Amino acid sequence: MTPKARKNKRLVGLFLLGCVLFNYPLLSLFNLETMIFGMPLLFLYIFTGWALLILLAAIATKTRQ
Amino acid sequence: MLETGGILFVSFGYISLLFAIAYYGDKRADAGRSIISNPYIYALSLAVYCTAWTFYGSVGLAVRGGLGFLTIYIGPTLMALLGWSIWQKIIRISKIHRITSIADFIASRYGKSTTLGGIVTIIAVIGIIPYIALQLKAISTGFLLISQYPEISVSFHFSEIPILGDSAFYIALLLALFAILFGTRHLDATERHEGLVAAIAFESIVKLAATLTVGIFVTYVIHNGFGDLFQKAAEYADLKNPLSWESGSVSSVIFDKYLTIKGPGNSYMDWSIYVFISMLAIIFLPRQFQVAVVENVNEEHLNKAIWLFPLYLLAINIFVLPVAFSGVLQFPDGSIDADTFVLVLPMVERQQLIALFVYLGGVSAATGMVIVETIALSTMICNDLVMPVLLRLPIETLGRLRDYSGLLLTIRRCSIVFVLLLGYAYFRTIGEFYALVSIGLMSFALVAQFAPAMLGGIFWKGGTRTGAICGLLAGFVIWTYTLFLPSLVQAGIISQNFVTQGPFGIELLKPFQLFGLQHFNRISHSVFWSMLANIGFYIGASIVSGPRAIEHTQAALFVDVFRFSGAASESHFWRGTANLPDLKSLLIRFLGKRRTDAALSDYADKRKLSWNYLVTADADLVSHAERLLAGAIGSASARVMVASVVKEESLGIEEVLNILDETQQVIAYSRELEKATAELQEANRRLQDLDRLKDEFISTVTHELRTPLTSVRSLAEILHTNPDIDEDQHKSFTGIIIKESERLTRLINQVLDYEKIESAQMNWVITSVDIKEIIQDAVASTRQLVEDKNITIDYELNDLPPPISGDRDRLVQVMVNLISNATKFCDSDRGKIVIRLTSSHKQVQIDVQDNGIGIKTEYQSKIFDKFQQVSDPTRGRPYGTGIGLTISKRIIDFHHGRIWVESKPGHGSTFSFSLPATREAALTR
Repeated sequence: MTPKARKNKRLVGLFLLGCVLFNYPLLSLFNLETMIFGMPLLFLYIFTGWALLILLAAIATKTRQ
Repeated sequence: MLETGGILFVSFGYISLLFAIAYYGDKRADAGRSIISNPYIYALSLAVYCTAWTFYGSVGLAVRGGLGFLTIYIGPTLMALLGWSIWQKIIRISKIHRITSIADFIASRYGKSTTLGGIVTIIAVIGIIPYIALQLKAISTGFLLISQYPEISVSFHFSEIPILGDSAFYIALLLALFAILFGTRHLDATERHEGLVAAIAFESIVKLAATLTVGIFVTYVIHNGFGDLFQKAAEYADLKNPLSWESGSVSSVIFDKYLTIKGPGNSYMDWSIYVFISMLAIIFLPRQFQVAVVENVNEEHLNKAIWLFPLYLLAINIFVLPVAFSGVLQFPDGSIDADTFVLVLPMVERQQLIALFVYLGGVSAATGMVIVETIALSTMICNDLVMPVLLRLPIETLGRLRDYSGLLLTIRRCSIVFVLLLGYAYFRTIGEFYALVSIGLMSFALVAQFAPAMLGGIFWKGGTRTGAICGLLAGFVIWTYTLFLPSLVQAGIISQNFVTQGPFGIELLKPFQLFGLQHFNRISHSVFWSMLANIGFYIGASIVSGPRAIEHTQAALFVDVFRFSGAASESHFWRGTANLPDLKSLLIRFLGKRRTDAALSDYADKRKLSWNYLVTADADLVSHAERLLAGAIGSASARVMVASVVKEESLGIEEVLNILDETQQVIAYSRELEKATAELQEANRRLQDLDRLKDEFISTVTHELRTPLTSVRSLAEILHTNPDIDEDQHKSFTGIIIKESERLTRLINQVLDYEKIESAQMNWVITSVDIKEIIQDAVASTRQLVEDKNITIDYELNDLPPPISGDRDRLVQVMVNLISNATKFCDSDRGKIVIRLTSSHKQVQIDVQDNGIGIKTEYQSKIFDKFQQVSDPTRGRPYGTGIGLTISKRIIDFHHGRIWVESKPGHGSTFSFSLPATREAALTR
């Protein structure tokens, strides 16, 4: 498998992860009227998940060619 | 400081700066030192996605719909992750085929169809005009707001402002000028505009900086950070709704309204559909196609853009909710439109500079979108709408025109002005009634209609032109019915009854609850029905309709773009040749003399050709010319033009299919063919062999039958004519007759057995069989034969294995066969046969060894085959029919055993067979 194909495989995996993270039913687990660290839970969840996804994408695309 | 004049000065100063950047970018590009050829600029240019809708509208959407505004940015984030799977493929295809717009892409994929290109263009224009209007509205609103600083106006009536007194009108004209200068500077085969991209990237920086500035100001200067704001918002909500204050420190009202996904119009379903359409929008919005695909310098830039662009989206959204809360706290009575909070909040705090910067941020978000979108649309309108019509019209002046490039540029420039004025007109008439977001989402829902034809086109070869047209039209019709017509209701053009009671009072056809579908908000309702119809018709019509030859070709070239090496392959499908001067003058008409010469000499250099000797352009050159033209006037028009000078038409469907097979599957296909041929030849050879063997077999059998018959008959005749023959002789003659008839019976039995086995009609009688008994029986029944030749039989029965399962009589038959064979080939008197029995826990093996003539190695593998006899020239025809061993092999095969021979000519042979020792193995079949 070429480095590019491997990279693409990882990114497709991240895409699927993102689809699961930002859709029902996982979303409903965090759709609660709760504050964590003074932040609303869902707000915190979405931004954390989003940032995590970006970080993983940055790592995934950083293969040495 | 903030007076109308000053603001105007700043606005136009900012746009002048854009001109300067674009000019510099173009200069550097001309000098060959690109400033945009790096992934950061590429990612920033993708951020043209964030328009005034993001800049002002996100806060508005957050106030109305809570966290739902994030879906518009989560979708693109997800799609960016598929950058290498989808974007790269689209970029590669577009580069190879010189595709410059989304209309051209779809038209080209489905057989360079002008109809399809036209449909896509019209849909795109209809979908995008309101979106452009939205930007102009934002600019105008922003200007009106800030020009009254420090007052804060409550509402505007755009219709009361004269057009010539509206700053948005002048800005629209300036943007048209910008787009004309930097978007249609010259006709280029690649349609890349470096200066433009540089300016767009700069605008992306400005709008992000402005958003972050106001976000930080509101969150950390007006309030004390996120936690403080959330707390205040909660307390405020408690005050407003005293009933809910018991439920804890944080009001559930604020959660219901802003911080959770709940209730009608904000369900998980709506959430997912918003994510879905924004995923599609990031690819199929014409401006995104322009910056991501057409303006892409290097595919590798995707690598960083895949995460930089989502990072940009995250950054621009992080302060949306705080600003929204702050606005709600500041204006609890709802007197101020939430779409303007971003600008109004710094104004309330009397922060002139921040307000001015935010205003500029809004301008940058709006202008960036307007510029790229109008250029993208003008390319489509020119190449896929106007040119195809013009080229077909019998206008004489056109025919006499030596240089079309001027005409093309004029058409594009006019389209730019046309699109912008149309956008402005929309804003003045209808746009006033709508919030920023609803207009944007309507556009998203419409461009999503391109997805089936586009994605189907690059991943599925089965999609046809008919399918694409049906799908697009179906989706468009549903979108019009469920979103566009109701928007006219809002503007008062159509009666309210249309929405509330359905057309002609038919409840089932109510545009927001089509066929009674409930629980969706308007946008997701429309997306659901239109995508269902679109995908359904696209696939359905594609399956039903047959593709034309050129659709086959294009489908293969698009779907397998990475398999074909570059552009060269298209010439395989285009057999035409053209007169070189004709072709050249065609190119000159559209590209101009200088660029035609440059392009052709470049082509010649690469292939080491010399123009001096060339009169005819071959297929390769013809398709190269077609691609050059495609860059300038679109693939569909290019095809029409090239066809007018090419001598031969393109290939018929059969030929294309053949060529496709050859090029695409040449190796696999031909190998398979070779294999099949070889198999056929082999089968044929075997049949011929069998035929020959059968002839020999019949002659052998008849010979074998005749010999005993002859002797029986002659002896019987002797006895008949000589009744007084003496006793001894009589006895000996009848003895021979009996023996010969036995031989005949045996022979006939063998033939019958053989026939039975071959036709699988043998009745097998499976019992428990003692191997030793079989040997004894076989030896007993061949005793006469053996004794006649005076051959000795030795036994080496080392083991006495337990009984096995099998057909006793058949196994005896095998044994008899082997012994009589051995007898046949042994010399009389000196002959010696050894019967050996060995066994293990797995199998039983019997060897019959003789010291006869032996069998040559090349015959050893054949003697068990049908009708095979080993003929030996020195001994003539052998005894027997040659079916004894075949029958033996079939019997042993039935018992799951194995039979073989080892032999050395002159030293005798050993025939062996083995049988499984276990009952189960022998019985399972």
